[in-house]
Formats: sequence, structure tokens, C-alpha cells
Amino acid sequence: MVIAPPMAIVAELTHRCPLQCPYCANPLTLTRAAGELDTETWCAVLAQAAALGVLHIHFSGGEPLARRDITTLVAHAAALELYTNLITSGIGLDEARAAELAAAGLDHVQLSFQDSDPAENDRMAGYPGSFAKKLTAAAATLRANLPLTANFVVTRANTSRVADMIALGVSLGATRIEIAHVQYHGWALENRASLLPDQAGFDAATAAVTTARETLSGRVVIDYVVPDYFASQPKACMGGWGRRLITITPAGLALPCHAAESLPGMVFPSVRETTLADIWTASPAFNRFRGTGWMAAPCRTCPERETDWGGCRCQAMALLGDATATDPVCALSPHHAIMAQLRETPATDALHYRRMTAKK
Amino acid sequence: MTTALTDTSVPRFPRGVRLRLDDIREAWIVLAPERVFVPDEHALAVLNLVDGARDVGAIIATLAETFATPAAIVGPDVHDMLAGLANRGAITW
Repeated sequence: MVIAPPMAIVAELTHRCPLQCPYCANPLTLTRAAGELDTETWCAVLAQAAALGVLHIHFSGGEPLARRDITTLVAHAAALELYTNLITSGIGLDEARAAELAAAGLDHVQLSFQDSDPAENDRMAGYPGSFAKKLTAAAATLRANLPLTANFVVTRANTSRVADMIALGVSLGATRIEIAHVQYHGWALENRASLLPDQAGFDAATAAVTTARETLSGRVVIDYVVPDYFASQPKACMGGWGRRLITITPAGLALPCHAAESLPGMVFPSVRETTLADIWTASPAFNRFRGTGWMAAPCRTCPERETDWGGCRCQAMALLGDATATDPVCALSPHHAIMAQLRETPATDALHYRRMTAKK
Repeated sequence: MTTALTDTSVPRFPRGVRLRLDDIREAWIVLAPERVFVPDEHALAVLNLVDGARDVGAIIATLAETFATPAAIVGPDVHDMLAGLANRGAITW
């Protein structure tokens, strides 16, 4: 089997972050600064990625601006003709920083918002004053002549404000807006009962996106990320295991998806010891759920098996305790009823904020 | 871009979108935020003429000459293709 090269790398440069969002997809056990890859190693990884055929590099985290070498890494990636995307909370993105990153060759900024309402944004971020800093970051991005995506994270607390979020994104000059329901991995899974919308809230959010897409057609691209819990067909998680993407953790582990460390019994290769090409083509971890050979019924004979690739392995693990099962999001899963049970679970208000010291 | 596409519109790649040759896959590709477009040969012929200076009419005239096809036949295809790419954020004017 010829393995097509990966399209993108998500470079989780650090787990350090000034925000404490309880929906964070980072693992519960976070890596400290001393455990992070150094500049030289990241530069070597970027060169290997370009040679392997990677096109997009997403600098993420944590907060990637917490890395003092972020401009160096952007410049290195840009020189390799990689498309560079900075995924940021906006904290620390002032005018000088934005200009420096633009000069280094940064292609695009994705700025996250927790809400369109300032007080609610700051409450969800666990950081008073963060909303105002995000507005500053958006203005700095535009002044540096960088294209802006405004990303709004949807939870049960803000499904009624999706139209306001889109209006805010437009007013900030974003040419792309992401309305992204939380994906329930890591900290988000811990907080699911406090974050997952009910059906009415989900429907309201979807309707607001549909309306705005008509109004803004041809001016602003709106991407809508739905929560699996309301679907009957699973997503091809990350475009399929080992098909499109490599996530690299702050400590240097290469993962087929950012939540893959939640799967028991897996050993993930490190970029400190193995080249990306070897990791991509030869590592047991990337081959474990690649293709269709690993599938059991009902996936094995399903006509959709090369469309959704069996859905999300981490979700099968989290909800069924079996990483090899059909994603229970699928209506054909014998366990699909669990999704309705979870949607109807009474909501709670308690939020466990993301902290460096894991709560367990 | 606030107006409908006409023959006097000047299409260009917006900030954050670029056309490049992918050496590994041996194909021209359009890179955009969170997106990769692989243009077919017709689309690529149009995109190679998008330089922020030529208007749509000039692009159509050039293609009509190159492919020895009447502009009246090339024109609607060029308009449809550019409008479709604009909806996906890959082209503006």
C-alpha cells in the first residue's frame, strides 16, 4: 500500500497558556516548559515535514506566543514554503508582535473567542480582561496586513449568541469565521455536563449559521464545526487516522490526532528519536487504525467505510471503553443509543478550569 | 469584493491565499486557511492569469485565443469558476 504524504502538521509548541478554558482539548496531564522541544529540534522537524509533502503548519498550543522563539519558527517554516497559521488566544499579540510575525512570513492568524459577550468571554476563559486583549489582537493583525479568522467556541452557555459572534467577527475584519462547537476530548470531556448544549440550543446555533451564510455569501467564509453528539454519521476524525495530519505535542510525541494519548496501550513515536517520514509510514501507532483492515462489523462491510473511516477512535474509547469499536455517533453502531442518553443528561454548572497541575 | 463579478472586475488572490507548485505531489495547488484546492487544468489555466492586474475580460480573451475557442463559450465558464472560488474564499476582486 502506498501511503499518501500528510497534508498538515499541528505543532503544539507549548501547553503554557494564560487562559484556563474548561473546554481545552489538551490532555489533563500537561507538559511543563522544561519538557518542551527546543528551537533546533522544531526547525529540524519543520524541514522534515516540508520534505515529506506537508503543506500547512498550524502553530498551536497552549498559547504559541508563549514561546519566545515563535518568530524564528515562523520564519523557518515560511522559508520552507509551508503555509503558516498561528492559532492564538490573542494574549500577547500587540502591534509590534504582529508586525514582526508578518515580516517573518506568517500567512494567517486564527484568533479564538470564548463568547461575543465580554463578561461571558472572560468567565469562560478564566481570565479577566481577556476579551479586550482579543480586540487589540484583532486590530493588530489587520494593521499588519495579515488575514484573520475569528474562531468562536460554542457551549450551552452561548448558543443563543451565534448571530452576535458572527457580527463581531465581521466587524473585526475577519474574512473567515469559525463557529466551533466544543469537541469533547481532554478537559472538555471532563466538563461535558456543563458545556454540551441541549437540542434546542444546538438547533438555534445551526439556524444562526445558516442565515449568516446566506447574508455573507462571497464576503466571509463561515465554517461550522458541529458536536458529534448531535450527528447520526460520524466524522472522519482528522480526515482519517494517519491519512492527512500529524499532531506534535510540546514534548515531541507524534500523534495521529491531538487526543490520541487517551487511547490505552499505544506507544507514540517521538520526533526526538525518529524522523517524520519513518513515523508517518512505518510506526505501529500511525498504522494501528490506518485504512480499513482494523475494522470490525458494522464498519468492515459498510459502503461509507472509506468516507468516515470508522469515525473517531478516541470517542469510541471515551464512550464505550473500546478504541476498536464503531464510533457510537454512527446510527449503525449497536451502542448509538448512548448518544441520546448523554444529550439528555441533566446539565450542571460546575466548571473545572484548565490548570497546569492536573486535578487528578 | 462587494459587487457581482463582471468583465471589468480584476480578480486577485486575497491575503492568506497562494498558488504554488507542490513538488511532492507534482501538482499546482491553492493554499488557503484550513483549505487546499487542487485546480483541474481548466481552473489552473484561469488561475495562472490571475495577477491582480488583468480584468476578467482580458482573462477570457487570452483563454479564447490560447484554446482557439470563442469568448462567448469560454466566458460563462470563467465567470462560474471565479464565482465558485470566491464563495470558498480563494479569490476576491
